[in-house]
Amino acid sequence: MIFLWAFLVGGAICAVGQLLIDVAHLTAARVMVIFVVAGAILSGIGLYPKLIDFAGAGASVPITSFGNSLAHGAIAEVKRDGLIGAITGIFELTSAGISSAIVFGFLASLFARPRG
Amino acid sequence: MASKNDQPTLPRAVSDQRSFQEVIADHLPRPATGRNTIVAFFIGGLICLVGQAIQNGYMALGFSKEDAANPTVATLILIASVVTALGGYDRFGQFAGAGAAVPVTGFANSIVSSAMERRTEGWILGVGAEMFRVAGPVIVFGVVAAFFVALIYAAIAAI
Amino acid sequence: MECAFSDDFDQLHEDPYLGQPSWEKAERRLLEEAIAETLRKGKIEAQKVNLLFAGDLLNQIISSTFAAQTAGVPYFGLFNACATAGEALALAALLIESGMATYTLAGAVSHNASAERQMRFPTEYGSQRPKTAQWTVTAAGAGLLSATGEGPSVTWVTVGRVVDSAMSDPYNMGMAEVPAAVDTLVTHFKESGRKPSDYDLIVTGDLAAYGLEAAQQLLRDAHLDLGERLMDAGATYYGSDPSVQAGASGAGCIASFLFGHLLTRMRRHELNRLLVVATGSLHSPVSIEQGDNIPCIAHAVALENN
Repeated sequence: MIFLWAFLVGGAICAVGQLLIDVAHLTAARVMVIFVVAGAILSGIGLYPKLIDFAGAGASVPITSFGNSLAHGAIAEVKRDGLIGAITGIFELTSAGISSAIVFGFLASLFARPRG
Repeated sequence: MASKNDQPTLPRAVSDQRSFQEVIADHLPRPATGRNTIVAFFIGGLICLVGQAIQNGYMALGFSKEDAANPTVATLILIASVVTALGGYDRFGQFAGAGAAVPVTGFANSIVSSAMERRTEGWILGVGAEMFRVAGPVIVFGVVAAFFVALIYAAIAAI
Repeated sequence: MECAFSDDFDQLHEDPYLGQPSWEKAERRLLEEAIAETLRKGKIEAQKVNLLFAGDLLNQIISSTFAAQTAGVPYFGLFNACATAGEALALAALLIESGMATYTLAGAVSHNASAERQMRFPTEYGSQRPKTAQWTVTAAGAGLLSATGEGPSVTWVTVGRVVDSAMSDPYNMGMAEVPAAVDTLVTHFKESGRKPSDYDLIVTGDLAAYGLEAAQQLLRDAHLDLGERLMDAGATYYGSDPSVQAGASGAGCIASFLFGHLLTRMRRHELNRLLVVATGSLHSPVSIEQGDNIPCIAHAVALENN
């Protein structure tokens, strides 16, 4: 069942992104920013973690999940350490995504050449 | 319709921007919104489905549900990086639109493609400085949003 | 992506890098080869060339500068974006007409990948180009002009004004160039007293599929019904290849189309009277980001067999 919801929810988030580009005439870069901010806000009001429970990778793979992780980490540290957590906790949960993209990006530039 | 002997005269649309906009409207193609949205839905959904399969694989290796999320994301980023390095993600993006851009694989593609593209300008000012040229806004506004969300959370908790 | 008329080109490359280490070095190589081939075909030594007019799309028109350095001839660098070849040809002809030069060269170049990464995104980035997008051609074209010879000859030049297109979408440059193209065409027929029927073919630069339709409508409004005489290089360059979206663009588009394809047809006398209207979108990435409209230009050059 989790596979079906992952497909449907993940696909729906991407479809919303496409509609924002084609109908609302936003650039892809703007849509990405809107999604990541939306993920952070939905995390703050506690909705995004519930969506991840429900749809699994359908919610944790789209870029909205990046906003959720940033906010989730910050809120967790605010709970533990107080206000300073809003700074110290932001990258607590997102290390895997950013670090792996940087490392693989570096390796790709080492071994591969753009084909045009 | 004018006869052949008429003197050429500048049409209004050349100097009047509003009437040019009306001319444009008659000749602009409609975006293939229906096709694009359906493809984005299926491809985006498919990537998430693959993500779920990877996550289940890590859970079978003994990761908890929460702990499996990070290696899943890293694996998808690895796959997207390889596809980008082999020169396939640009065509995939043209085909799938938001279906290729919204999943974390699109985030990886934006970083990897920028790094590869700037290799010709050297390691420091090329690869190093330009890697986040496309992905930068997502990180900047994600962090700023997370900061304020956490701040508001702290304020509400204090009340 | 291969031009539908590439049989008329002197050199073709399989490797988009042309064996060079970067896109930019490949681009300047293209123009170097086009200039060398033009001189070879014209049987003229570089020392005899009085002036080279050339331009490209890259910052500081760096490709043309290096190609001019290789050619070792006096050089004026030009920027008129995709209209550069028309600008270069007009100036090269006017200089000969003034009697101040015996041989002049005109050329322009663009490379898809160097243009993409300067104006838009890394080449491997997976963005979805809209239907109105155009494909910057990877090509160079050069022409040699002389005070004497068998022709074809440049018989008229109409220099365009910069026209505010009222459009700011860099993925719709062909449409943005329409007002400038129409403005120049109207001016050309007014000032020359010529009629559309004086030409076998009237070729605009890169209005592309949708811009060409809009231009036809505006030209009818202007009492200039060009009908089948009107052709757009950008809309025809890649035939019906759908992967280029609306068509071709880039400084190399009209340059290679004119100096490669159209001049070949003139030499075969399939065409005897040709009007080329090179069109260009003169924006920069910064002007787009600051919300400016795309300023556009078009230059008309008439070429006739003697």
